[in-house]
Amino acid sequence: MSFSAAKWRGHFPLLAAHHDLHYLDNAATGQLCEAALDAVTSHELLHRANVLRGTYRLAEQADAAYENARRQVVAYLNAASTEEVVFTSGTTASINLVAHAFGDGLKPGDEVVLSLAEHHSNFVPWQMLRDRRGVVLRILPLTADGRIDMAHLGETLTPRCRLVAVTHASNVTGAVTDLAPLIAAAHAVGARVLVDGAQAVQHGPVFVASLGADFYAFSGHKAFGPTGVGVLWGKAEALEKLPPFLGGGGMIGRVSVAETTWAPPPRRFEAGTPPIAQAVGLGAALDWLRTQPWEDMHAHTTHLAQRLSDGLAVLPGLIFLGPRDLKNRLPIVSFNLAGIHPHDACQILDEHGVAVRGGHHCAQPLMDFFGVPGAVRASFAPYNDEADVDALLAGLKDAMRKLG
Amino acid sequence: MSADLYQQALVDLARAAHGAGTLAAPDGSALRDSPLCGDRVRMQVALDAGRIMALAHDVKGCLLCQAAASLVGLHGAGLNAEEVKALRGQVAATLAGGAPPPGWPELSLFEPVRPHRNRHGCVLLPFETLLAALDSQTRA
Repeated sequence: MSFSAAKWRGHFPLLAAHHDLHYLDNAATGQLCEAALDAVTSHELLHRANVLRGTYRLAEQADAAYENARRQVVAYLNAASTEEVVFTSGTTASINLVAHAFGDGLKPGDEVVLSLAEHHSNFVPWQMLRDRRGVVLRILPLTADGRIDMAHLGETLTPRCRLVAVTHASNVTGAVTDLAPLIAAAHAVGARVLVDGAQAVQHGPVFVASLGADFYAFSGHKAFGPTGVGVLWGKAEALEKLPPFLGGGGMIGRVSVAETTWAPPPRRFEAGTPPIAQAVGLGAALDWLRTQPWEDMHAHTTHLAQRLSDGLAVLPGLIFLGPRDLKNRLPIVSFNLAGIHPHDACQILDEHGVAVRGGHHCAQPLMDFFGVPGAVRASFAPYNDEADVDALLAGLKDAMRKLG
Repeated sequence: MSADLYQQALVDLARAAHGAGTLAAPDGSALRDSPLCGDRVRMQVALDAGRIMALAHDVKGCLLCQAAASLVGLHGAGLNAEEVKALRGQVAATLAGGAPPPGWPELSLFEPVRPHRNRHGCVLLPFETLLAALDSQTRA
């Protein structure tokens, strides 16, 4: 394996500044890569101006940087054109955009299909739509180990289904959704498909064209880019049919006292000043990520997840959430130790320099499915190494000594 | 830091679980969730002239939340709604750096929680649930 975690870690200024930090909360936020940091700094220092408005050179430079970021997203997603890429403030905003722009066109009794594994960001907007428009939510159940149970596709996707909104991969179990049959089944009944890619994009380029979904949402901060920026990718013909979600500057064709016409996508969905520098930073992050040795990096992070799973398996009272094997799974490991609350475990792990998340992970329906209020979650990025795993295991043993 | 946070006296207070259980015929009850971590506390009260004669709680939460609920179970009897409201404010003030209120010396066990602002809610949840239980009785 040619990949070096230590070398990769060197591309992340925060990790270089915190030598003793074992950062294992990458499913919540990845660290900012230097490519993104440099791009943001350079943009703010040399090219800061509003976009799509000015005719002076500085504004044109800002325009060029912003639109270049859109091209970088296109390249990472292997999308067809920049018209398909809408910059938002993050995955949550992207999903809410679809919930309004697409959802408000639905009629009472129309159906939206979710799964029990969704993050609240792909659950609550649809509940709000249900309450606003009278649509019916249908929930795909899970297999015993927490994967979306495709055996129930036929009975869940009825002719009234208008949209299927599912995660590309669970932020709790790491289980990767088998999207192909789901998308095929959705399209067979005439439904659109939105994929929540918040967890997937940081684990390698996405091929939206072959994936076949109609919408794909993700956040910059999980993909080693800045906070405050995200993307809604949509098929050009799907975006073209949608009305705007937010109104304001930048998204109009012409405004008169009597009426307003809309700009074409993607500007139709980017009302107001967009997150310009953040988009530039995200573009730089994705451009850098696109050239990385992903096969080796997957092998590395999978090895770390396996090492952790093996280390956990011998601890007494271990409760593991999700599939045990790492096939079709991201390197995310969630678990509990009997008698130790995840918050208490995380607090003691912090004493060992281990940063992990404890709680419901914004996935309370999934927690209810597993019958737990929360869990400890370790989520790996390529800059992690075996020392991170070993520090986590040592910290857990300390927590067991103190609280078990 | 966490050695102080999880000092043995606090662990013992949590494990003692004073007041844990249910009341057969409560005059008021409330269920409160922590939106941050999903912790859940149920509190029941039996009252006489607005004062707590008995209380019982069921905690699905962390050690800090369990210890705070145990403390409520230890000292909560005899209080009325106004006093619990004031007490909730005093607990918040203690977490912010103030001295524990008189009559609740065990609150000093929570002083190491002060720098961990995301954990303050764990300590406050039982007090807020008790207040809600008293309020439910007032509105009934």
